[in-house]
Amino acid sequence: MNAIETKDLTKKFNGLTAVDSLNLAVEEGELFGLLGPNGAGKTTTINMLCTILSPTSGSGKVWGFDIRRKRNDVRNSIGIVFQDPSLDEKLTGFENLDFHCRLYNVPTKTRKERISELLKLVELSDKKDHLVETYSGGMKRRLEIARGLLHHPKVLFLDEPTLGLDPQTRRHIWKYIQRLNREKDVTIVLTTHYMEEADFLCDRVAIIDYGKIVALDSPDKLKDTVGGDVISIELNNPEKFEELLCAVRWVKKCKTHDGFVDLTVDTAEKRAPQVIAHAQKQGLKIKTIKMREPTLEDVFLHYTGKTIREDEAKPLDRMRVRRRALHR
Amino acid sequence: MDLNAIYTIWLREIKRFYRAKSRIIGSLGMPFFFLALMGSGMNASFSVPGASNYLDFMAPGILGMVILFGSMISGVSVIWDRQFGFLKEILVAPISRVSIVFGKTLGGATTALIQAMLMLLVSLLLGVQMPSLRGFILVLGFMTLTSVGIVALGLAFASKMEDPHGFQLIINFVIMPMFFLSGALFPLDALPAWLKTISLLNPLTYGVDGLRGSWMGVSHFPLLFDFTVLTIFSLLTVYSAAYLFQKSEV
Repeated sequence: MNAIETKDLTKKFNGLTAVDSLNLAVEEGELFGLLGPNGAGKTTTINMLCTILSPTSGSGKVWGFDIRRKRNDVRNSIGIVFQDPSLDEKLTGFENLDFHCRLYNVPTKTRKERISELLKLVELSDKKDHLVETYSGGMKRRLEIARGLLHHPKVLFLDEPTLGLDPQTRRHIWKYIQRLNREKDVTIVLTTHYMEEADFLCDRVAIIDYGKIVALDSPDKLKDTVGGDVISIELNNPEKFEELLCAVRWVKKCKTHDGFVDLTVDTAEKRAPQVIAHAQKQGLKIKTIKMREPTLEDVFLHYTGKTIREDEAKPLDRMRVRRRALHR
Repeated sequence: MDLNAIYTIWLREIKRFYRAKSRIIGSLGMPFFFLALMGSGMNASFSVPGASNYLDFMAPGILGMVILFGSMISGVSVIWDRQFGFLKEILVAPISRVSIVFGKTLGGATTALIQAMLMLLVSLLLGVQMPSLRGFILVLGFMTLTSVGIVALGLAFASKMEDPHGFQLIINFVIMPMFFLSGALFPLDALPAWLKTISLLNPLTYGVDGLRGSWMGVSHFPLLFDFTVLTIFSLLTVYSAAYLFQKSEV
């Protein structure tokens, strides 16, 4: 059985299509990632799957239950950690978890046991009687992850689980997510706009842009589609340089973004001196040169013609419009 | 309907109320000063038909004021749950929206009742006449009924509000007129016709009248009539709140 299946799932807000005919199948036990810039429709997709938004058209199933008709069954099968905090800060950590157990009808006998087990997992046992308002951002996030697991969900949704956290806490949370998936056998769907997060954690990644899936595969296979190493050069006339290098036989692909020219080549170490030679011959001034193996960022660039960061910086309006629409 | 869920949501309201007790005590400041200063001041210059003195006339009105403020604020406080994200945790749980509204309503009514009981005690200390046992039980009944209706009204408002700015709006344009036009401070009979008409459309009028009748033995309408109006009001608001919550998303 597939843990999640959607068929032409669509959501429109005032004529703006946030999710556009999404077809998706997530297997049982998978750690699946939805990767894309802000406003790409990741959160909207998750909100529809967890039944707090109704789809405009199309259908979806979570753990075999229809997201329109079997809302309560869906809700009983899933856990969710929302993008924005959703704790009661005037209650203690323990009380937040206790509240959740009661809402999900966790039997009184097992309630305490399960709470303390999960508090241990997220290393908050000693803070359980403190008010949540005294917690740090990372602690709140961990508490929310613990809460999402209290009722033993089959599918756990994590919406930007490490957004705004420092690198150390992020690593910590990645470790938990992996353990949950492997040891507790929970199917996990996470959204992120951090490339390294999707790369590190996910079995398969769907790259989403403007509400559509533009690519879907394992991170390694996705990176293979880029077709080699990447040399990234910053120089004074990138357009001219791109034109020049595109004609070169061993350059598989070239793309200009933010003043950089990205060249895809077979072996970066071997080709870098040749690239420099080309630039000098034309009298172009190289400011920096970087070589790396392809990342999911390159995959995103490959499929959408822009970088995720670029996309976030510029069409701010698009993001705002969507934000507003989402709050409606 | 899910009793367990109703209880859970009620319990949270009580816990939060308990945590915020200093603020609650503070919120009794205004009604206290109304009664202690304005009431005592007016006592000397005004006589009200039926009541032995102005303080006795005003005390049930002030009780209504505490119920009004406490209930409305705890109903509308759902917008803070929305603002701080906690509402999502509730809405995504496998419980019916009706249970959420019931739990919230009962929780809000309980906390409003606790505040009103404190106020009642304070009024007695200020020298207001003691209610009879039967009167006291009726007072409790009217307070509960009024409170349930107003909490649900607040919930209904809040389900339509997207951000907390509406909070101040409710205080100034709903709570204040409701209070002044409820017969809490002056008898309905003495009002100009247009004001009287508005007052008669105000559900709190029947709450205050019921409280005054139960406590002091003097009321404008028969108690049964007050009771009937309030019951209809509460049923309507609880139903609307449940309906609006069914439709609300995130």
